[in-house]
Amino acid sequence: MRLRRSLTGWAFAGPATVFVLALSIFPSLWAFYLSRRNWDGISPSTSAGWSNYQRLVDDPQLRSAVTHTLVFTAIFVPVSIVLGLLLATALNRPIRFIAFYRTAIFVPFVASAAATGILANYVFSPQFGIANGMLRGLHLPPQQFLESDHQALLTLCLISLWGEVGFTVVIYLAALQDIPQNLVEAAAIDGASPLRTFWHIKVPHLAPVTVFASVWQTITALQLFDLVYTTTKGGPLGATQTVVYYVYYQAFQLTHYGYASAVAYILFGFTLLITIGVVLYSRRVQVEAF
Amino acid sequence: MALSLQRSTDAAVDGVTAKQPAGPRWRRRLPFSPWHLLLMPTALLFLLPLAQMILASFMSDQDLNRFPPRFFPRTLTLHGYTQLFDQSSIVRWLINSTIVSTVAVLSHLVLCSLAGYGFARLSFRGRTVGFFLMVSTIMIPTQLLMIPTFIMFAKVGLIDTLGAAIVPWLASAFGVFLMRQFFLSLPSELEDAARIDGCSSFGVLWRIVLPLAKPALATLTVFTLLGSWNDLVWPLIAISNEDHYTVQLGLANFQGARRTDWSLLMSGNVMATAPLLIAFLLAQRHFVATMSFSGLKS
Repeated sequence: MRLRRSLTGWAFAGPATVFVLALSIFPSLWAFYLSRRNWDGISPSTSAGWSNYQRLVDDPQLRSAVTHTLVFTAIFVPVSIVLGLLLATALNRPIRFIAFYRTAIFVPFVASAAATGILANYVFSPQFGIANGMLRGLHLPPQQFLESDHQALLTLCLISLWGEVGFTVVIYLAALQDIPQNLVEAAAIDGASPLRTFWHIKVPHLAPVTVFASVWQTITALQLFDLVYTTTKGGPLGATQTVVYYVYYQAFQLTHYGYASAVAYILFGFTLLITIGVVLYSRRVQVEAF
Repeated sequence: MALSLQRSTDAAVDGVTAKQPAGPRWRRRLPFSPWHLLLMPTALLFLLPLAQMILASFMSDQDLNRFPPRFFPRTLTLHGYTQLFDQSSIVRWLINSTIVSTVAVLSHLVLCSLAGYGFARLSFRGRTVGFFLMVSTIMIPTQLLMIPTFIMFAKVGLIDTLGAAIVPWLASAFGVFLMRQFFLSLPSELEDAARIDGCSSFGVLWRIVLPLAKPALATLTVFTLLGSWNDLVWPLIAISNEDHYTVQLGLANFQGARRTDWSLLMSGNVMATAPLLIAFLLAQRHFVATMSFSGLKS
């Protein structure tokens, strides 16, 4: 009887479980093995010990890739949180055109990173793009955007925000609608200004969503790849080389599978630490986000 | 957080009918809500690039290469589209992407519902460990899996086939987790009754539970569709034969050769984005509601 129940249970859960584990746990262990080998994909691999990990400590290209990724994350995450909250608050109003506003702000989320990247190449093209067209209209000097090593990363930030902010808006919007209305009304009756109600009632209520959104957006930002691939390919002058793009470059352009795996592992460890840190911190301040 | 599934976002707007508080005098003098001052420019700014994409796809090269650039075309032409059809295998790529997404969605619906139900309602040996392992894989990022998966695919002969784009999308830990959470939120009395009447576990799932699970199945469909249609990484590393490109990979690589052929590239962009865009606009209300549902339940 118990055996039968187990068989039924695994008949339901088995296929998906085996599949997911085979395509995640197994390869991630293999990646660790690979990270301790030197292998070009053709000739037999040789043992590398920890040398791949030692090498990445003083790889100047990796260091700049890490810097770019961190700068990108440090801009992208806070802005998408603040902007998401602000827009969600605005979109939570019973005003005219609200359906239009919601559609407009969410639609870019549907476009793929590839399409977004190709479109961005056009919009930010120094000569023909509408971005410079608008600047000219405002009598401001035109910019190089993706073709300048100083502006490219910032432009990528802008493009990512355009595409991704819809996500934070939607989850904040849902959370705002979960706030009991009588709390807000009670505060208004007690004479609290809308701003104070927002700050002292709504924002604390939204804390779990904020934690979730920060972790989610951080992971998204640390994994920036598609957009780089379809816009700058890491250039100009390596100014938009991100960690994942560097992993791709090392593995699939240079066939340094071992070294690329080591870099991927370090990034994974780093992401894991951040996530665990945020979760532990939110537990301590009693925000149940996970 | 309470599970509230079928709440459309607009219903809440009607519910919030809080009258605009009296507010300072300058505000009362405005003939419209001050929020429009934030939302109108933002909405236009968000739509502007998409509008330019669509307009540019119908522009002639003359209009496109004019300086300063024009936003509105003087003449409409299908030149970009005819070139696209002539010079690329866009139709082939669209068909490939359709195959990938269809298989991905169907397989997700079947495998994730089964596993989600198993983990939620059936008791069996190894259930806790299995579920824990499954969920912990959500943390493993794509870039860690790229290299070993590529090698695995090479070993089983999946490289350069459409299968390489499909296989990573057959099931996901996220999907199983989503379905399990939903099934747990359903009251179990109905299922118990059916079981007492002699219904098998599969019968209970098929006849009783799944008809109630439409919101969760819709969410799963939306996410799988978005993810599989827009995916670039897996096709990129595994497929090099143009006949097996997905539409995203096709466009990304086509761009390399046609760096500034904007009407051509924008036509391709429209073709690649239109299917999801139309689906989104048709099912918008449901789409946003399910997005918010799943965003919070993670």
